[in-house]
Amino acid sequence: MSTIMKQSTFTPKPKNKRTIDWTKIAAHIILIAGSSLFLMPFIYVVSTSLKAPADVYTFPPEFIPDPIQFENYPDALTALPFDQYFFNTIMLAIFRIIGLTISCSLAGFAFAKLRWRGRNTMFFIVLLTLMIPAEVTLIPKYILFAKIGWVGTFLPLIVPGFFAENAFFVFLFRQFFMSMGQDMIDAARIDGCTFFGVYWRIIVPNAKPVFAVVAIYVIQNNWNSFLLPLIYLTDRAQYTLALGLRLFNEQYYSQTHLLMAASVFVIMPIVILFFFMQRYFIQGVVFTGSKG
Amino acid sequence: MSLNALLKPKRLSFWESLTAWLFVSPWIIGFILFTGGPILASFILSFTHWDIVNPPQWAGIENYQDMLQDELFFQSLKVTTIYALIAVPLQIIVGLLIAILLNTKIRLIGLYRTLFYLPAILPVVSVAVMWRWILSRDWGLINWLLSLLGIQGPGWLSEPEWVLPALILMSLWGVGAGMLIYLAGLQGIPTDLYEAAKVDGAGTWALFRYVTIPMISPVILFQLVVGLIGAFQVFSQPFIMTQGGPQNASLFYLLHLFRNAFEFFRMGYASALSWVLFIYIAILTVLVFRFSAAWVFYEGEIKNE
Repeated sequence: MSTIMKQSTFTPKPKNKRTIDWTKIAAHIILIAGSSLFLMPFIYVVSTSLKAPADVYTFPPEFIPDPIQFENYPDALTALPFDQYFFNTIMLAIFRIIGLTISCSLAGFAFAKLRWRGRNTMFFIVLLTLMIPAEVTLIPKYILFAKIGWVGTFLPLIVPGFFAENAFFVFLFRQFFMSMGQDMIDAARIDGCTFFGVYWRIIVPNAKPVFAVVAIYVIQNNWNSFLLPLIYLTDRAQYTLALGLRLFNEQYYSQTHLLMAASVFVIMPIVILFFFMQRYFIQGVVFTGSKG
Repeated sequence: MSLNALLKPKRLSFWESLTAWLFVSPWIIGFILFTGGPILASFILSFTHWDIVNPPQWAGIENYQDMLQDELFFQSLKVTTIYALIAVPLQIIVGLLIAILLNTKIRLIGLYRTLFYLPAILPVVSVAVMWRWILSRDWGLINWLLSLLGIQGPGWLSEPEWVLPALILMSLWGVGAGMLIYLAGLQGIPTDLYEAAKVDGAGTWALFRYVTIPMISPVILFQLVVGLIGAFQVFSQPFIMTQGGPQNASLFYLLHLFRNAFEFFRMGYASALSWVLFIYIAILTVLVFRFSAAWVFYEGEIKNE
């Protein structure tokens, strides 16, 4: 984060303080133009989601709906049980956060702070699994879960999380723990603290930012996840928001105003989360990038 | 006492090892059950015919031979490769340009960064549903913008030649994640490099070409590899927006694989498809790394000229 704040820029400094800095004005103009281009799809979709059906199909499009039809939202969200989908998505996210933060941080701790034979070999395997595309394991995993009767339940989406399914998170925790000082750990050991005690009393309280980054990544991935829920959740009552929206897309194909309302509803939680947790979203990306 | 001192480190390391193995054991079990095991299984499965219901039958290399007869396999490989070759470089260029723009010290820069980054975090399913409307031929935003320039926009999702450009355009909306990585890279460039180059009389373009680009080339390489792998995993967008159509013009590889596995229940064939994809991506990655030596600059590395 600190690197983001410390800027290196090659905007030429103004030679004379009184002259207007045209490069800055040009930068503002380009940035305003660019960001409005990026923002426009949002505005367009949100405005469609508030339109009366008769106003949807107009060309050129009107960006301010008249009349504003807020009832599109309750209409869309009750057409299919979106409350149920919302609940399912949150429930999955909570289980995955618990499973992944515990199992990945324990492994990351062992890789970063404990001395044991086989550590380097094991860590090399962790790095290797980062490079394996998910498609390769998709089918055998499906067959495994089908054979033990878990297809059609939430278990294939929850249980692997408790077994450090995400090698990237193991890597992330390890990198973060590596940067934590050894002094406190040694002191705690001398005072008779167990290794689990070190993890629980020293590492975890001092590594809150990385736990937050992982939790937010899990929420985002979980909201985004489509292919896995699609193959494992066969009962409509179990659908996540992503699956529900896809079903809505098929059933209300022609009712664009409702369809847009439903998709705005699905993105809103992530947008709100983003605005409150921006720092952590960006931190996660910076961690990722520094790996390259 | 001295005996105790000798024994102590040994006892310590035993507990330390035991704890370590205990802490890593969830990952080990997970690796065996959900990664290592499945990779082996999928390799073996690729030599069988299996519909899950009936027992699998040994098929030798038949699945791989069938692939050579499968027109849709070649079509999906073609579609995905073209998409990757065009979308990934464009994503890099656009992401980098935006990052450079955002790497200036002006007011409201935080707000601009947020606005450019936001689309990247949206769930891909919602983005796909939204963009089907944005790309609509008669009422869509894109064709409206084009009409302002006096251009009659095409039926993006209904004409075979426009489907891939449409999906590529849509992917550019999400370059925010890459942009942030470039931004972090740009900010890691020491300012004195620019100062030194300026003293030597370098202009803005020379600074960009001979300082910025070499300094962030490792980041570009990283994004190139990650982008390639990502391009071969495109699934939700065509699945929701086009179902691979029109005329299979957006039949992405993973969509073809998905249909074979979960619609036709040809698990053996689908496993073979996944292995071919794996090898194809691996070859591409190796090629990228091979050619990267020519343009990627690592600090502290001395090259023979």
